[in-house]
Amino acid sequence: MIFTIAKKEFRSLFAAPSTWLMLALLQFLFAWFYFARMDDYLQVQAQLAQLDNAPGATIAIAAPLCSALALMLMLLIPLFTMRLIAEERRNQTWILLLTAPVSSTHIVLGKFLGLLLLLVLIVAGCTAMLATLLLGTHADIGLLLSNILGVLLLAASYAALGLYFSALNKQPVISAISALGLSFGLWLLEMSASDNRSFLRAISPNAHFQNLNMGLINSADLIYFALVIATLLWLTIRHLNDERSRAA
Amino acid sequence: MSTPITLTAHDLTRRHGSNVVVSGVSLELRRGEVLGLLGHNGAGKSTTLQMLTGALPPNSGKVTVCDFDLAQQPEQAKACIGFLPEHPPLYRDMRVDDYLLFAARLHRIAPAKLAEALAHAKQRCGLQDSGKKIIGTLSKGYQQRVGIAQAIIHDPAVVVLDEPTVGLDPAQMRDIRTLIRELGDHSSVILSTHLLNEVESLCDRIVILKQGKTIFSGSSTEMRANDSMEDSFMRLNKYEAAST
Repeated sequence: MIFTIAKKEFRSLFAAPSTWLMLALLQFLFAWFYFARMDDYLQVQAQLAQLDNAPGATIAIAAPLCSALALMLMLLIPLFTMRLIAEERRNQTWILLLTAPVSSTHIVLGKFLGLLLLLVLIVAGCTAMLATLLLGTHADIGLLLSNILGVLLLAASYAALGLYFSALNKQPVISAISALGLSFGLWLLEMSASDNRSFLRAISPNAHFQNLNMGLINSADLIYFALVIATLLWLTIRHLNDERSRAA
Repeated sequence: MSTPITLTAHDLTRRHGSNVVVSGVSLELRRGEVLGLLGHNGAGKSTTLQMLTGALPPNSGKVTVCDFDLAQQPEQAKACIGFLPEHPPLYRDMRVDDYLLFAARLHRIAPAKLAEALAHAKQRCGLQDSGKKIIGTLSKGYQQRVGIAQAIIHDPAVVVLDEPTVGLDPAQMRDIRTLIRELGDHSSVILSTHLLNEVESLCDRIVILKQGKTIFSGSSTEMRANDSMEDSFMRLNKYEAAST
């Protein structure tokens, strides 16, 4: 049942012209960043070559690009998640799921997985672009993989956050703005935290992404992402269950 | 009567804030029966139907479908219901076939039987030639048919239709009425409507709601007594207004 809903969600995301526009724009921006970083790197490469243990192309190009991708996904994902539940409510199609023999868990996990599949595709597209580094140089595969893992975990957290806000209300725009506001706020918290060990850094998803961005796979970060995703999905399921079983 | 009861609703009440929309409505439906729900605008017809199908939780009261309690075993109970809400829940960017298959899968039709169920539902609703069309491009009447097809694709024991013939032309209306009569042969049907002649020609039993309360429940011959359908409807509504 979860996969039925996931498949339908994935297909209807792809049926919307806005999805294609956003994908095209994202790829364009990513390619633009890629060339800019590449250009910078080539200009300083001669000096770098004289250093011992000089930074390679992966850490100079791929890692900052993944960091930029993380930021772009933060801005983009609320636009996908707002459709998931809020728009169904507004279009009065939500009642089909409410009266079908499916539980809230099926609906939430189905919608989450459907969107995740799209996000995996987006990340795969960017990875393919980064893989072109392999044509010209020896890339640090380990660092590349840890970056990709980081981007995927971050994207899944933003998707879970957006899904929760989408469940809270009827207006797609409000759910998108709330999700964006919160994730942007968390990002700012991370930026403004002066101390590396500060509590503010500990709650911001971006701070946990940065370890993976540097190639450091820390179990604390993985647990953080798992907890964030699981908690938000659980809150969404609970909210829908409450709404379905209790008269206002 | 020996035919089994498919749906019972006991003492359903629903409030929006302090405003009581439906109060103390009870219904009972047997297999092979068509029940018409009548009432003015805002009488609580749609709210009642939404509570019967699990779209809206009642403040109090209990619904049982095919011996499953809708609140305790929602999945088993909902598998026995097909529902066409007031606004057909259509994904406008999907093709008719894809949409109906999605609805069929949601209602747990086995993968091997999907094609057969789809063909049957399309044939019953006159959608044979529309399978590849995008729902958003269809006319209102055809969208209504897709909505009905979605409600009957899993061959449910109880079919709930909220104003099924709204927006249809006379020929389509006739087709849908024929379909409802067919459905009434082996399932139970509840439909809400404003059209009294529809009730007269289709329904075995009638329930009239007014301001959320049942003011009449009985067979169509009982309701008519001696007058025409319209006169009786007005008389019942007036009588109730005078007594409250």
